[in-house]
Amino acid sequence: MAAIAQFPAESLFTLCTDAWTQPWWDAAREHRLTAPCCEDCGRFRMPPTPFCPHCRSQRLRWPTLSGRGTLFSYTVVTRAVIPAMENCIPYVPALVDLDDAPGARLTTAIVGVPIDAIAIGAAVTVVFEDRSDGVVVPRFTLATA
Amino acid sequence: MSIAGRTAIVGVGSTPYYKRGRSAPQTLPELVCKAIIAAVEDAGLSMTDIDGFASYSGGFDTPYLMETLGIPEVRFTSMLTGSGGGSAGAVGLASAAIVAGLADVVVVIGGVQQALQRFGSVTQSYESLPENAWYEAAGLVGPGHMFALLARRHMHRYGTTREHFAEVAISTRLNAMSHPDALIRKPLTREDYFAAPMLSDPLCLFDFCLESDGAIAVIVTSIERARDLRRKPVVVRGCTQGGEAGWGRSLYWMNMPEDQFLTSGNRSVARDLWRQTGLQPSDIDVAQIYDHFTPMVIAQLEDFGFCGPGEGGPFVASGAIRFDGGSLPVNTDGGQLSGGYIWGMSHIREGVAQIRGDAANQVSGARLALVTGGPSSIPMSALVLGD
Repeated sequence: MAAIAQFPAESLFTLCTDAWTQPWWDAAREHRLTAPCCEDCGRFRMPPTPFCPHCRSQRLRWPTLSGRGTLFSYTVVTRAVIPAMENCIPYVPALVDLDDAPGARLTTAIVGVPIDAIAIGAAVTVVFEDRSDGVVVPRFTLATA
Repeated sequence: MSIAGRTAIVGVGSTPYYKRGRSAPQTLPELVCKAIIAAVEDAGLSMTDIDGFASYSGGFDTPYLMETLGIPEVRFTSMLTGSGGGSAGAVGLASAAIVAGLADVVVVIGGVQQALQRFGSVTQSYESLPENAWYEAAGLVGPGHMFALLARRHMHRYGTTREHFAEVAISTRLNAMSHPDALIRKPLTREDYFAAPMLSDPLCLFDFCLESDGAIAVIVTSIERARDLRRKPVVVRGCTQGGEAGWGRSLYWMNMPEDQFLTSGNRSVARDLWRQTGLQPSDIDVAQIYDHFTPMVIAQLEDFGFCGPGEGGPFVASGAIRFDGGSLPVNTDGGQLSGGYIWGMSHIREGVAQIRGDAANQVSGARLALVTGGPSSIPMSALVLGD
């Protein structure tokens, strides 16, 4: 029986936002996956930053995405280097290219599936982790799972 | 005006390398001072000759060092941005100051002490920042987790294997076994490698560098002044730094286009280095390649043109980087994987030893040594030392 990918521990992460990243986390709280898209040149970027690196525009829109993506890379963390990690291994930090936001790659984690089933190129889909502190973190699971 | 060939390293000083936490009760500034004192003595200079400081990765407090060591005046004190990527480049910073007439004798310093904060969980010491929320939420706690993401994509795209990573670890360990200053000198077999625990798959224990304490200083001056000093000058044949925007904040950002994601971030630094020096990869006799993680040695061999993109795995598997019989002996002091992790400075120290001709694992007739700074946030950097 293959190990199941766990959720990274809540205590590893305390949310901190600014005016440019807040809309992404606000959307997550509504269980919507989004990514910043330049209102002027139409290109996506992640993480959200104050300027479009292609045209320097500061105008953004935050479209609701399908939540589908493609697994670009991942690692399986199997050793706790700090105590906060001890109850959540193995977990699977991952990079996901968002299918309907070309140019935006999300740093996230794959959760809830057998680790043996995870492979680069796999179709993945968003799931939302509702944390005890009210923060919602978009995670991904295998689309076929 | 170029810095190529205009300056030389004339002194090197190092503390012992300590396993993590074992340098206590010495403080990190104390270790740095010991390295500077040893470097000045090695050069046959006086402490009062130092009139410049060059550093990287956060650097050290110049006024403290001046007060503590009795350095009467500085005319230049500067630091590369970024982290371990700047180690080799700090020598170029010193050279630039000297060639520009801003200082005469510049000491390049680097050191690390991990009593309070392990590098393996270094991001836990960072202030939470809005743009860092994603890697923190993903549980990317240490650099090894981040480099594992790069390594797996390299494996997927190019067919690089753990056998290739093992060869980097084993060849480096072989060098450490015959180097008196290396921290880990017991044999490492292929069986040992594959029996080791995975820490962040595909990276196992032996793919990670050591966590250690220590400091190293090197002294740079003009080529003219270097000829009057007691040690054979080790000429700074060239030194470059920088990186491409697509590499960006690299591990903390992970949005590199695939062609850059597969590199060590050193492509533009390598291009500029060969251009500045008029050399090519085949001219290099020995290389000290920043080895925080085995896959990054492979990626750097590709970036610097010792083999093509994606060919780094087969290149190391051919025995090319072995001290014994390899076409390009790499990390002849045991590197950071087995020798000691002094944030890249040990690579400069060993490059100098190879050109002086007094290395513990001396490459016969070595006249040109490449030294690289670590793949990380911009800048990366590289240095060619020559006789």
